[in-house]
Amino acid sequence: MLPLSWFLVVGGALFSVGLYAVLARAHAALVLIGIELMLNAVTLNLVAFATYAPGGQFTGQVVTLFVIAVAAAEVGLAIAIIMRLFRNRATVDVDVVDEMRW
Amino acid sequence: MSPALLVFALLALAALVSGLGSVTSRSVVYSALFLLGALVAVAGFFILLLAEFLGLAQLLLYGGTVVVLIFFVLMLTRQEEGERVDNPWRWGAAVAALLFFALYTFAVLTTPWPAEDPELISIGELGRTLFADWVLPFEIASMLLLVALIGAIIIARARD
Repeated sequence: MLPLSWFLVVGGALFSVGLYAVLARAHAALVLIGIELMLNAVTLNLVAFATYAPGGQFTGQVVTLFVIAVAAAEVGLAIAIIMRLFRNRATVDVDVVDEMRW
Repeated sequence: MSPALLVFALLALAALVSGLGSVTSRSVVYSALFLLGALVAVAGFFILLLAEFLGLAQLLLYGGTVVVLIFFVLMLTRQEEGERVDNPWRWGAAVAALLFFALYTFAVLTTPWPAEDPELISIGELGRTLFADWVLPFEIASMLLLVALIGAIIIARARD
Protein backbone atom coordinates (compact mmCIF):
# COMPACT_ATOMS: atom_id res chain seq x y z
CA MET A 1 0.00 0.00 0.00
CA LEU A 2 1.12 3.55 -0.73
CA PRO A 3 2.62 5.68 2.08
CA LEU A 4 0.33 8.11 3.86
CA SER A 5 2.52 11.15 3.15
CA TRP A 6 1.88 10.95 -0.62
CA PHE A 7 -1.83 11.52 -0.15
CA LEU A 8 -1.09 14.35 2.28
CA VAL A 9 1.18 16.04 -0.26
CA VAL A 10 -1.50 15.84 -2.97
CA GLY A 11 -4.01 17.26 -0.47
CA GLY A 12 -1.61 20.09 0.36
CA ALA A 13 -1.06 20.87 -3.32
CA LEU A 14 -4.82 21.08 -3.93
CA PHE A 15 -5.18 23.28 -0.85
CA SER A 16 -2.47 25.66 -2.09
CA VAL A 17 -4.14 25.86 -5.49
CA GLY A 18 -7.42 26.75 -3.79
CA LEU A 19 -5.64 29.29 -1.58
CA TYR A 20 -4.24 30.97 -4.68
CA ALA A 21 -7.73 31.16 -6.18
CA VAL A 22 -9.22 32.69 -3.03
CA LEU A 23 -6.48 35.33 -2.89
CA ALA A 24 -6.12 36.13 -6.58
CA ARG A 25 -9.59 35.84 -8.09
CA ALA A 26 -11.91 38.83 -8.35
CA HIS A 27 -15.08 37.09 -9.57
CA ALA A 28 -17.13 35.92 -6.57
CA ALA A 29 -18.00 32.54 -8.12
CA LEU A 30 -14.31 31.89 -8.83
CA VAL A 31 -13.48 32.64 -5.19
CA LEU A 32 -16.16 30.08 -4.32
CA ILE A 33 -14.46 27.56 -6.61
CA GLY A 34 -11.21 28.16 -4.69
CA ILE A 35 -13.00 27.53 -1.40
CA GLU A 36 -14.43 24.29 -2.80
CA LEU A 37 -10.94 23.15 -3.81
CA MET A 38 -9.62 23.88 -0.31
CA LEU A 39 -12.52 22.00 1.31
CA ASN A 40 -11.88 19.02 -0.94
CA ALA A 41 -8.18 19.05 -0.10
CA VAL A 42 -9.02 18.99 3.61
CA THR A 43 -11.50 16.13 3.12
CA LEU A 44 -8.87 14.19 1.19
CA ASN A 45 -6.41 14.61 4.08
CA LEU A 46 -9.09 13.58 6.56
CA VAL A 47 -9.92 10.39 4.65
CA ALA A 48 -6.21 9.60 4.27
CA PHE A 49 -5.65 9.96 8.02
CA ALA A 50 -8.78 7.91 8.74
CA THR A 51 -7.67 5.09 6.45
CA TYR A 52 -4.19 4.83 7.97
CA ALA A 53 -5.17 5.34 11.61
CA PRO A 54 -5.59 1.98 13.35
CA GLY A 55 -9.29 1.53 14.14
CA GLY A 56 -10.18 5.07 13.13
CA GLN A 57 -11.76 4.34 9.79
CA PHE A 58 -15.43 4.51 10.80
CA THR A 59 -15.12 7.72 12.80
CA GLY A 60 -13.00 9.38 10.13
CA GLN A 61 -15.35 8.49 7.30
CA VAL A 62 -18.45 9.56 9.24
CA VAL A 63 -16.85 12.92 10.08
CA THR A 64 -15.92 13.31 6.41
CA LEU A 65 -19.57 12.75 5.49
CA PHE A 66 -20.53 15.60 7.81
CA VAL A 67 -17.89 17.83 6.25
CA ILE A 68 -19.36 17.11 2.80
CA ALA A 69 -22.89 17.86 4.06
CA VAL A 70 -21.86 21.16 5.65
CA ALA A 71 -19.96 22.09 2.48
CA ALA A 72 -23.12 21.49 0.43
CA ALA A 73 -25.10 23.80 2.74
CA GLU A 74 -22.33 26.41 2.44
CA VAL A 75 -22.39 26.31 -1.37
CA GLY A 76 -26.16 26.80 -1.46
CA LEU A 77 -25.96 29.87 0.78
CA ALA A 78 -22.94 31.32 -1.03
CA ILE A 79 -24.71 31.06 -4.36
CA ALA A 80 -27.82 32.74 -2.99
CA ILE A 81 -25.64 35.57 -1.66
CA ILE A 82 -23.85 35.97 -5.01
CA MET A 83 -27.18 36.16 -6.85
CA ARG A 84 -28.51 38.74 -4.42
CA LEU A 85 -25.27 40.71 -4.78
CA PHE A 86 -25.58 40.70 -8.55
CA ARG A 87 -29.20 41.85 -8.39
CA ASN A 88 -28.46 44.73 -6.01
CA ARG A 89 -25.13 45.90 -7.40
CA ALA A 90 -25.02 44.49 -10.98
CA THR A 91 -21.51 43.19 -10.31
CA VAL A 92 -19.92 40.13 -8.76
CA ASP A 93 -16.45 41.66 -8.39
CA VAL A 94 -15.42 41.12 -4.78
CA ASP A 95 -13.16 44.18 -4.80
CA VAL A 96 -16.09 46.45 -5.65
CA VAL A 97 -18.19 45.34 -2.70
CA ASP A 98 -15.69 45.89 0.11
CA GLU A 99 -17.72 48.10 2.45
CA MET A 100 -19.32 45.11 4.23
CA ARG A 101 -22.66 46.84 4.31
CA TRP A 102 -25.58 47.20 1.95
CA MET B 1 5.06 -0.52 -10.99
CA SER B 2 2.14 -1.69 -8.92
CA PRO B 3 -1.41 -0.92 -10.06
CA ALA B 4 -2.06 1.22 -6.97
CA LEU B 5 0.96 3.37 -7.78
CA LEU B 6 -0.17 3.80 -11.38
CA VAL B 7 -3.70 4.79 -10.30
CA PHE B 8 -2.27 7.17 -7.72
CA ALA B 9 -0.02 8.85 -10.28
CA LEU B 10 -2.85 9.27 -12.79
CA LEU B 11 -5.21 10.65 -10.14
CA ALA B 12 -2.60 13.05 -8.78
CA LEU B 13 -1.87 14.28 -12.29
CA ALA B 14 -5.58 14.74 -13.03
CA ALA B 15 -6.22 16.52 -9.72
CA LEU B 16 -3.30 18.93 -10.09
CA VAL B 17 -3.83 19.71 -13.77
CA SER B 18 -7.53 20.38 -13.33
CA GLY B 19 -6.94 22.27 -10.08
CA LEU B 20 -4.39 24.55 -11.71
CA GLY B 21 -6.55 24.92 -14.81
CA SER B 22 -9.50 25.83 -12.62
CA VAL B 23 -7.69 28.65 -10.84
CA THR B 24 -5.82 30.07 -13.83
CA SER B 25 -8.41 29.86 -16.60
CA ARG B 26 -9.59 33.20 -17.96
CA SER B 27 -13.06 31.83 -18.70
CA VAL B 28 -15.40 31.25 -15.79
CA VAL B 29 -17.10 28.33 -17.56
CA TYR B 30 -13.78 26.52 -18.12
CA SER B 31 -12.97 27.16 -14.46
CA ALA B 32 -16.14 25.37 -13.38
CA LEU B 33 -15.46 22.47 -15.78
CA PHE B 34 -11.89 22.11 -14.47
CA LEU B 35 -13.30 22.14 -10.94
CA LEU B 36 -15.50 19.18 -11.91
CA GLY B 37 -12.35 17.34 -13.04
CA ALA B 38 -10.60 18.03 -9.74
CA LEU B 39 -13.64 16.87 -7.74
CA VAL B 40 -13.87 13.63 -9.72
CA ALA B 41 -10.15 13.03 -9.13
CA VAL B 42 -10.68 13.52 -5.39
CA ALA B 43 -13.51 10.95 -5.57
CA GLY B 44 -11.01 8.59 -7.19
CA PHE B 45 -8.61 9.18 -4.30
CA PHE B 46 -11.39 8.28 -1.86
CA ILE B 47 -11.94 4.97 -3.65
CA LEU B 48 -8.17 4.35 -3.70
CA LEU B 49 -8.19 4.99 0.07
CA LEU B 50 -10.79 2.20 0.50
CA ALA B 51 -13.62 4.66 1.21
CA GLU B 52 -15.96 3.67 -1.64
CA PHE B 53 -19.06 5.11 -0.04
CA LEU B 54 -17.41 8.50 0.39
CA GLY B 55 -16.22 8.36 -3.21
CA LEU B 56 -19.76 7.84 -4.42
CA ALA B 57 -21.10 10.54 -2.09
CA GLN B 58 -18.45 12.91 -3.42
CA LEU B 59 -19.41 12.16 -7.03
CA LEU B 60 -23.12 12.63 -6.33
CA LEU B 61 -22.90 15.69 -4.10
CA TYR B 62 -20.05 17.59 -5.69
CA GLY B 63 -20.05 16.36 -9.25
CA GLY B 64 -23.82 16.28 -9.46
CA THR B 65 -24.88 19.25 -7.36
CA VAL B 66 -22.18 21.76 -6.53
CA VAL B 67 -20.87 22.11 -10.07
CA VAL B 68 -24.41 22.44 -11.44
CA LEU B 69 -25.12 25.16 -8.86
CA ILE B 70 -21.94 27.00 -9.84
CA PHE B 71 -22.99 26.81 -13.50
CA PHE B 72 -26.37 28.25 -12.55
CA VAL B 73 -24.80 31.21 -10.78
CA LEU B 74 -22.40 31.80 -13.68
CA MET B 75 -25.35 31.82 -16.08
CA LEU B 76 -27.50 34.11 -13.94
CA THR B 77 -24.79 36.67 -13.15
CA ARG B 78 -23.45 37.16 -16.67
CA GLN B 79 -22.07 40.66 -17.12
CA GLU B 80 -22.25 42.68 -20.29
CA GLU B 81 -18.74 43.98 -20.87
CA GLY B 82 -15.42 42.35 -20.01
CA GLU B 83 -15.58 41.14 -16.43
CA ARG B 84 -12.43 41.02 -14.36
CA VAL B 85 -11.55 37.49 -13.24
CA ASP B 86 -8.26 38.23 -11.45
CA ASN B 87 -7.29 41.04 -9.13
CA PRO B 88 -3.88 42.80 -9.27
CA TRP B 89 -2.50 40.70 -6.40
CA ARG B 90 -2.08 37.54 -8.50
CA TRP B 91 1.68 37.26 -8.09
CA GLY B 92 1.58 37.92 -4.38
CA ALA B 93 -1.12 35.29 -4.07
CA ALA B 94 0.97 32.80 -6.06
CA VAL B 95 3.99 33.41 -3.81
CA ALA B 96 1.84 33.00 -0.69
CA ALA B 97 0.35 29.73 -1.96
CA LEU B 98 3.77 28.38 -2.96
CA LEU B 99 5.25 29.33 0.42
CA PHE B 100 2.40 27.56 2.18
CA PHE B 101 2.90 24.47 0.02
CA ALA B 102 6.66 24.39 0.66
CA LEU B 103 6.21 24.71 4.41
CA TYR B 104 3.43 22.11 4.46
CA THR B 105 5.34 19.60 2.33
CA PHE B 106 8.41 20.02 4.54
CA ALA B 107 6.30 19.35 7.63
CA VAL B 108 4.61 16.31 6.07
CA LEU B 109 7.80 14.72 4.77
CA THR B 110 9.79 15.18 8.00
CA THR B 111 7.07 13.70 10.24
CA PRO B 112 7.24 9.96 10.88
CA TRP B 113 3.84 8.51 10.01
CA PRO B 114 2.58 5.07 11.06
CA ALA B 115 3.07 2.64 8.19
CA GLU B 116 0.33 0.10 8.82
CA ASP B 117 -1.59 -1.45 6.01
CA PRO B 118 -5.19 -0.24 6.06
CA GLU B 119 -7.96 -2.79 6.06
CA LEU B 120 -11.14 -2.82 4.04
CA ILE B 121 -14.24 -1.93 6.05
CA SER B 122 -17.80 -2.85 5.14
CA ILE B 123 -20.31 -0.20 4.16
CA GLY B 124 -22.89 -1.91 6.40
CA GLU B 125 -20.64 -1.40 9.40
CA LEU B 126 -20.14 2.25 8.37
CA GLY B 127 -23.91 2.74 8.24
CA ARG B 128 -24.29 1.15 11.67
CA THR B 129 -21.68 3.56 13.07
CA LEU B 130 -23.43 6.49 11.44
CA PHE B 131 -26.88 5.64 12.77
CA ALA B 132 -25.85 4.34 16.20
CA ASP B 133 -22.92 6.39 17.51
CA TRP B 134 -23.42 9.47 15.35
CA VAL B 135 -27.18 9.70 15.14
CA LEU B 136 -27.47 13.04 16.97
CA PRO B 137 -24.90 14.84 14.75
CA PHE B 138 -26.65 13.25 11.77
CA GLU B 139 -30.00 14.76 12.77
CA ILE B 140 -28.34 18.12 13.43
CA ALA B 141 -26.73 17.97 9.97
CA SER B 142 -30.12 17.34 8.36
CA MET B 143 -31.54 20.30 10.27
CA LEU B 144 -28.59 22.42 9.12
CA LEU B 145 -29.27 21.49 5.49
CA LEU B 146 -32.94 22.40 5.89
CA VAL B 147 -32.08 25.76 7.46
CA ALA B 148 -29.51 26.48 4.75
CA LEU B 149 -32.08 25.60 2.07
CA ILE B 150 -34.72 27.94 3.53
CA GLY B 151 -32.13 30.67 4.05
CA ALA B 152 -30.90 30.37 0.47
CA ILE B 153 -34.45 30.64 -0.88
CA ILE B 154 -35.17 33.72 1.23
CA ILE B 155 -31.90 35.44 0.30
CA ALA B 156 -32.18 34.72 -3.42
CA ARG B 157 -35.91 35.45 -3.76
CA ALA B 158 -36.84 38.62 -5.60
CA ARG B 159 -38.13 41.25 -3.22
CA ASP B 160 -41.70 42.27 -3.99
